[in-house]
Amino acid sequence: MSLGDRAWAAVPGYFKENDVRLMAGLLLGTYVIYGLVSGFLASVNNAPVMNAVANELTSITFLIAVYALLALALNLHWGYTGLFNIGIAGFMAVGVYSMSILAAPPTGSPPGLGLPVPVAIVGALLITAIIGGLAALPALQLDADYLAIVTVGLSEIIRLVLNASYFAGTVTDPEASSYNVVDVFGIRFGTGGGQGISTPSSGPARAIYETETGLTVVGEVVYGLAQSVGIRTSVVVGGTYALVLLLGFVTLYYVLLSRIGNSPFGRVLKAIREDELVARSLGKDTRLFKIKVFMVGCALMGLGGILWQGSYGFVNPNTFRPIVTFYIFTALIVGGAGSNTGSVVGGAVFAAFLLEGPRQAAGLVSAFAQLAFGSLPRPPNFYAAAVSLDPLAWLGYLVDSVAYLKFIFLGAVLVYLMQNRPDGLLGHRNETAASVDLSDRTLGAADGGETDD
Amino acid sequence: MAFSDAYSDARRTLLERPAVAALALAVGYLLVDLVVKLAGVSVGVGGVHLLGGSTAVSQVGRYVLDGLILGLVIGLAGVGLSMTYSILSFANFAHGDYITTGAFSGWVAAYVVAFFTLNLEVPFGSIFLLSAPSLVSVVNAPIALLVGLVASGLVTVGVVLLLDRIVYEPMRDKGGIPLLIASIGVALALRYAIVFVFGTSTEGVTQTGSIPAVRIPLVDGSVPLNAHEATLIVASASLMFGVHFLLQRTKLGKAMRAMADNKDLAQVTGIPTERVVRMTWIVGGGLAGVAGFLIVLERGTLNYNVGWRLLLLIFSGVILGGIGSVYGAIGGGIIIGIASRLSLVWIPSDFARVVAFAVMILVLLYRPSGLFGGVKTA
Repeated sequence: MSLGDRAWAAVPGYFKENDVRLMAGLLLGTYVIYGLVSGFLASVNNAPVMNAVANELTSITFLIAVYALLALALNLHWGYTGLFNIGIAGFMAVGVYSMSILAAPPTGSPPGLGLPVPVAIVGALLITAIIGGLAALPALQLDADYLAIVTVGLSEIIRLVLNASYFAGTVTDPEASSYNVVDVFGIRFGTGGGQGISTPSSGPARAIYETETGLTVVGEVVYGLAQSVGIRTSVVVGGTYALVLLLGFVTLYYVLLSRIGNSPFGRVLKAIREDELVARSLGKDTRLFKIKVFMVGCALMGLGGILWQGSYGFVNPNTFRPIVTFYIFTALIVGGAGSNTGSVVGGAVFAAFLLEGPRQAAGLVSAFAQLAFGSLPRPPNFYAAAVSLDPLAWLGYLVDSVAYLKFIFLGAVLVYLMQNRPDGLLGHRNETAASVDLSDRTLGAADGGETDD
Repeated sequence: MAFSDAYSDARRTLLERPAVAALALAVGYLLVDLVVKLAGVSVGVGGVHLLGGSTAVSQVGRYVLDGLILGLVIGLAGVGLSMTYSILSFANFAHGDYITTGAFSGWVAAYVVAFFTLNLEVPFGSIFLLSAPSLVSVVNAPIALLVGLVASGLVTVGVVLLLDRIVYEPMRDKGGIPLLIASIGVALALRYAIVFVFGTSTEGVTQTGSIPAVRIPLVDGSVPLNAHEATLIVASASLMFGVHFLLQRTKLGKAMRAMADNKDLAQVTGIPTERVVRMTWIVGGGLAGVAGFLIVLERGTLNYNVGWRLLLLIFSGVILGGIGSVYGAIGGGIIIGIASRLSLVWIPSDFARVVAFAVMILVLLYRPSGLFGGVKTA
């Protein structure tokens, strides 16, 4: 029995039977742990406890939501169809940049098209879908590992093109020799190059609470409540956005993907994953299905990118390095490819325990050490730590380097999962191919059961 | 006769694979354009610029030399990637970080030797962490460089064998994708283990001012070539020759070919497959490590990202040459290196890597067996 099996066996049956309960239970458990840890850390550091707890819960909710969203989108490619797409960061970049360019004012630097934000988002999704459709062309004829190389190459091409000063649009004077605004049939825009580009909004949820002149009715009530328990308004705004993402968009993605998965379209996708030749023999034009699924999945990735990186008010191309893709892949693999519940669970487990967990653990170690020994020595580098022959200095260096140790941990988890549990936490479950629940035999006249009247 | 064959071949390509024909046309146009540019002639019709312009021959010479240097490193590292791809059937995303391992281990060794031979007045800590800037060159410490070169290969082989033992060996029977994902895990863990020790800053390691250089005269100017670049060319060319010898004159090459072709059959025939796999890792890992050491010697700086940034270029080279072919990996690497530098004649330098990746995607689309036509190992 592997470590994962034992951990899974320890989960009460009440949660395992129902997907919603499982996800809610996991989130609740995460919140309790994070609430306790951040409350403890804040009290050790003499910071306002309520604000620290709310801030930590907000940031973890946000991360859980965005990783769940992108893991769900990836699940459509890798989980359902078996397309090994590791260009997610590139498609996110296309989404965020398309939205930013479409929405930027024509007079700005770089100039944009000045469309209203909702129109810009819809346009960005269309553009991402088209780019995704083009990216699908290699998928039609390549093996999984070749496709992996092509998609990661494509995502790097996208990043490098966005990073190039050639299309930046930062020099708007047509007379200047370094004039670099892209001009297509009179439509002028730029990518911002290496400096990055502004996204339309830096706090999308702020509109609920504030208008340009003052607070809204909701704002006065909620801000008042928050202030009375010592939570800052910026945390309230961020928390609202994170909750909208988690309760609104993750649910939306989940429902959409479950519908796709159970539709005839989804059954063909799963057939492609299991054996493409069989699907083709049965008269399905698998190439068309692959192109469609790439378009839908990439649009979902683009929207995920917009909701995530587009919400900070500013973005630059280096945000979309391949490491982001690997994060999302890890989230999906942890949860279990092919399962939507697994994608959400994976997003939550990844964000809360693999991505942010090491930092929290380091904070705890540091706080305990502070309580026990005063303060930890902080050696400036590995050599100084090693030759000091002082276990406390070693501990101090480990705590300081936790940002790097996190990646070593992440790599070890990936290897462990691939060796022992390639299906992730929830991957290896029976899938019902029929659109009605066959296990429920109490209803219906076929086996002589009673009817409702 | 031969001409009409070639003609009908070309006709068939044109009709059956228009994309390939269009690609060939584009490459042909660029070559003609390059020749016309070198001649300094500009051809246009009715004010529309069609061909040419002016580019100095020495400038193009410099691009080609730079490309050759980059290409030799890519080719050297690509040999291992190509071999593991064909024998273990997975794309090893950790290969770039084997290069980084070689770069760091080799330069630490070179620095330590230089510390003892040059009587340097710096603390040993900054020697070990490579944070004492720009100490070594081929002039002041050739022995240190030689030790570094050997150490980079040996340490990388050790690390690679250890990782194979821990990670890949228990997974031999799994498919290519689980291995690929595991290799991404290995890449992350290895890269950040290096960061854990050496940090994320970029360190200058070679002496900058005093490297002797020759200027090779060329038509309208000259192409500079310094001692470090020459060392890189000599070292990598001789290592490539060594690989050629190993594969042609020993049973190992034949065993590798057999394994790449059909693993079960090779095992039944009595080929010790595990030993062949180990030798593959030793050769491939060692070459990757040395390639890392050499690229740092040429560039003068090193950073934890050096191998990862090369990885996609190496994939491009390996795919271009045909996966599984050692000579293809070398040839493909050199072509990718030269193409990415020579592309600067037409496009801004921001796009040099874009060109290399685009070549890779196009090759995968239209000629997945590679330029040299799918020769398996050697």
